[in-house]
Amino acid sequence: MSATRVPMLSGRHVRLLSPGRALSSLSATRRGLPKEKMSENGMMSRAKVLTIDTMNPTVKKVEYAVRGPIVQRAVELERELNQGMKKPFEEVIKANIGDAHAMGQQPITFFRQVLALCSYPELLSDSTFPEDAKNNIYLTTGASDGIVTMLKLLVCGEGAGRTGVMISIPQYPLYSAALAELGAVQVNYYLNEDKCWSLDINELQRAVNEARLYCNPRALCIINPGNPTGQVQSRECIEDVIRFAAKERLFLMADEVYQDNVYAEGCQFHSFKKVLFEMGPEYSETVELASFHSTSKCGFRGGYMEIINLDNDVKAQLTKLLSVRLCPPVPGQALMDLVVNPPQPGEPSYQRFIKERTATLSALAEKAKLTEQVLNTVQGISCNPVQGAMYSFPRITIPEKAVKEATEKGQQPDMFYCMKMLEETGICLVPGSGFGQKDGTYHFRMTILPPTDKLKILLNKVKEFHQNFTKQYS
Amino acid sequence: MSFLQKISSNVKNIKQLEYSALAERTNQIREELRQGVRKPYGDVIDVSFGDPHRAGLKPLSFVRQVLAACLYPQLMNSDKLPADVRHRAQRLLESCVGESVGSYTATAGIPEIVQRLSEFITRRDGGVPSYPENIYISPGSQWALTNILKILVNTDGPSKTGVLISAPCHSITTLSILGLGAVPIPYYLNEDEGWTLQVEELQRALESAKKFCNPVALYIINPGNPAGPRHVQSTSSMQEVIRFVSEKRLFLLADEVYQGCVNGDNSKFVSYKKVLAEMGPPLSDTVELASFHSASKGFTGECGLRGGYVELVNLDPVVMKHIHTLFTTGSCAPVLGQIALDLMTNPPKPQEPSYPLYHQEVQHMRTTLAENGKKACEVLNSLPGFSCQPVEGGMFAFPRVFLPPRAIQRAKETGMQPDTFYCMRLLEEAGVLSMPGCDFGQKEGTYHIRLCIVIHKDIMENLLRHLANFHQKFMMDFC
Repeated sequence: MSATRVPMLSGRHVRLLSPGRALSSLSATRRGLPKEKMSENGMMSRAKVLTIDTMNPTVKKVEYAVRGPIVQRAVELERELNQGMKKPFEEVIKANIGDAHAMGQQPITFFRQVLALCSYPELLSDSTFPEDAKNNIYLTTGASDGIVTMLKLLVCGEGAGRTGVMISIPQYPLYSAALAELGAVQVNYYLNEDKCWSLDINELQRAVNEARLYCNPRALCIINPGNPTGQVQSRECIEDVIRFAAKERLFLMADEVYQDNVYAEGCQFHSFKKVLFEMGPEYSETVELASFHSTSKCGFRGGYMEIINLDNDVKAQLTKLLSVRLCPPVPGQALMDLVVNPPQPGEPSYQRFIKERTATLSALAEKAKLTEQVLNTVQGISCNPVQGAMYSFPRITIPEKAVKEATEKGQQPDMFYCMKMLEETGICLVPGSGFGQKDGTYHFRMTILPPTDKLKILLNKVKEFHQNFTKQYS
Repeated sequence: MSFLQKISSNVKNIKQLEYSALAERTNQIREELRQGVRKPYGDVIDVSFGDPHRAGLKPLSFVRQVLAACLYPQLMNSDKLPADVRHRAQRLLESCVGESVGSYTATAGIPEIVQRLSEFITRRDGGVPSYPENIYISPGSQWALTNILKILVNTDGPSKTGVLISAPCHSITTLSILGLGAVPIPYYLNEDEGWTLQVEELQRALESAKKFCNPVALYIINPGNPAGPRHVQSTSSMQEVIRFVSEKRLFLLADEVYQGCVNGDNSKFVSYKKVLAEMGPPLSDTVELASFHSASKGFTGECGLRGGYVELVNLDPVVMKHIHTLFTTGSCAPVLGQIALDLMTNPPKPQEPSYPLYHQEVQHMRTTLAENGKKACEVLNSLPGFSCQPVEGGMFAFPRVFLPPRAIQRAKETGMQPDTFYCMRLLEEAGVLSMPGCDFGQKEGTYHIRLCIVIHKDIMENLLRHLANFHQKFMMDFC
């Protein structure tokens, strides 16, 4: 089951080009020229070169739920609120996108000082900046850029030989979008919700065996810590995955962008690369791996990927492919450098840095716990512990009547649910159908980033809404 | 044996640039110099990229001050920065979510910035309206171009999609087209007439291409890279192109990133959109156009910040929705790049405190560019074996070098293209890094090199001196 199609909202699409805005409207009026050959409705009757039928068919299949219709509706509602329209809520809370700064999280001072100095070096003479603010790895424009590039490289073949890429369900919709655009075959493997979204090798085996009937599976993508699920894989599990990839001759793509966000007790981040190397030469010299990381400062678009054991000729092809992008944004590159080489003990910025970092992480850990607690008190909502990353992906029960109404409207039931929540409470979440889920189950993804007091309000509103919704449709 | 031996054929088809061997050798030479190896030069003069900062020119103070204040807002409390800089930074931060340049923005860019871009375009085009919903800011203009190409290229059809591109044309676009599984169809600019475009040549290219692909678009760079019609296209030439694409039902891709670099006394940049609007209906209402601009070129020169945009004109509304979805998968353009674009299109005004310094810096660059262009042409045209068309716009000189048969023979023996061979020698013996014409496409049997001229005046003089000395020796060796 791939990420299911979400119908576009007609007439409300904020990007719609108004057909009346022809380029000539101003000049024709100015010049008073007679209009040539107008059809009855006053529009030129000439088919466009680029239409829905002539455009690239694979692009038509691309969807990206995180910035999809529900977000567009949220933006519209914000606009209406600003214009003074009355709503059952005072503000729209965007808990759909994992953007820390948008939610008020303060940037790390040291990072920003260095970047400011890099921008305008004349500031180096300014005494307000501390002294310490005064090199197989590819930097990328956000981790997404690296992921898409590797996929571009891998995807080839025709028919039953077409490349298949294994991806978890649920998954981050960048993968499904990229696979759709590249015309690759998406091969789903289901994470086990009842066991805290853990990965089961038997399920991987089932998926790859079935896939071999209709495509050529070549890669296995795993997101650890997970998005949207937040689970942190155990070391044992990572070893199992590596053995599986070796046995089935799959290229491993390890999306580890949330590696710095691990909260749950007993959980620890283990990088695929480290585990691979500790498994000895039988694996460390053969398994082909790409690991991805990113700066958590989203607007800078900084990221990197590390490639292990890639054939030299293929590496040359990869370099060639990357050069078409010219280069990733330099501030993002600089920031990536700072993320991996933060201030060390003894350096002037260290105290402040460690204080800010600790504060941020412990706040997130608290919010993770709070979210799990509150949502689990609601009948019909079931929330797994948020072990890492910055999202919660609770399962919701939607009454039959609501499912029916949604289907009649041509909407996914969880999209229907989320839309109602947005209209009634101003809370913007992303429906589980955007990420993939087991048939007949429904979820939503919310970030745990809003400041604690706002988060409490949000969670209570969600609780209230769910109870009302269930009553309304029972 | 690696299991990733088989890879996408589209990627394999992206040709390896000849330039990469030169770049590699440059790194080695720099290392050798660091280790104290004696050479006839102290450092490599790199004029291979259209990158003013790489070539040693300073960024605009105003731009960098605003960026610094946006990055580290505490700076706004001091009076170290001029009042208008602080005011701009304040306004920009207010338009960022959470007042931080670290947050994601709307897909097409920060709405206030997109709005101001549309106002800039309207001003630039003498009132021809521009609508924010048709504008997408992207990490560099090439990113947006790739997205538009993705929509145009039909990967499922019985024949490959073709895109008409100028020869010469800058290499990244050609590689993007190949990478998408489409076919670049070169139309040759007329070097002897100052690189002008002839419609008959467009016709010829189109007709011959129809035999092996389905041409859907025409890509043109104005001002040119490495060379365009007189480097800056005349209005009548642009009108011919517009009529051509309309008649042949082609999508027009107008790459106008060098619009800020026009130095000729007789040249002026006019946008394709303006020319199209002034041609009136039916053309102005029907020709489908994508125009590209960027903060990487012109006097702003902020290549590394990755800020560019595309404006779409007369597109089908349904297709626009899909374009939007495609842009969403890239999240958004880097915020600092968006800000650089904003500052480039809304520079300080005469009454504002930053204006004098800004004006001085821009004028300096303008004169440098004009003088360098003239000097380069003079010197190159004085050398037997070189011929250089006047440079009235863009950032490059693209002189033709007439290589002796013995040099061509030697090149073939070493497995290099003749102009790559020349460039490699130029690098080794004179320490000048340029780009060979074969990477851009050129008429069979002709050879060129591309040199960036947006560099310090002194470096330009140095370069021309080294080049002249080298060239005379090279010609003597091989004649």
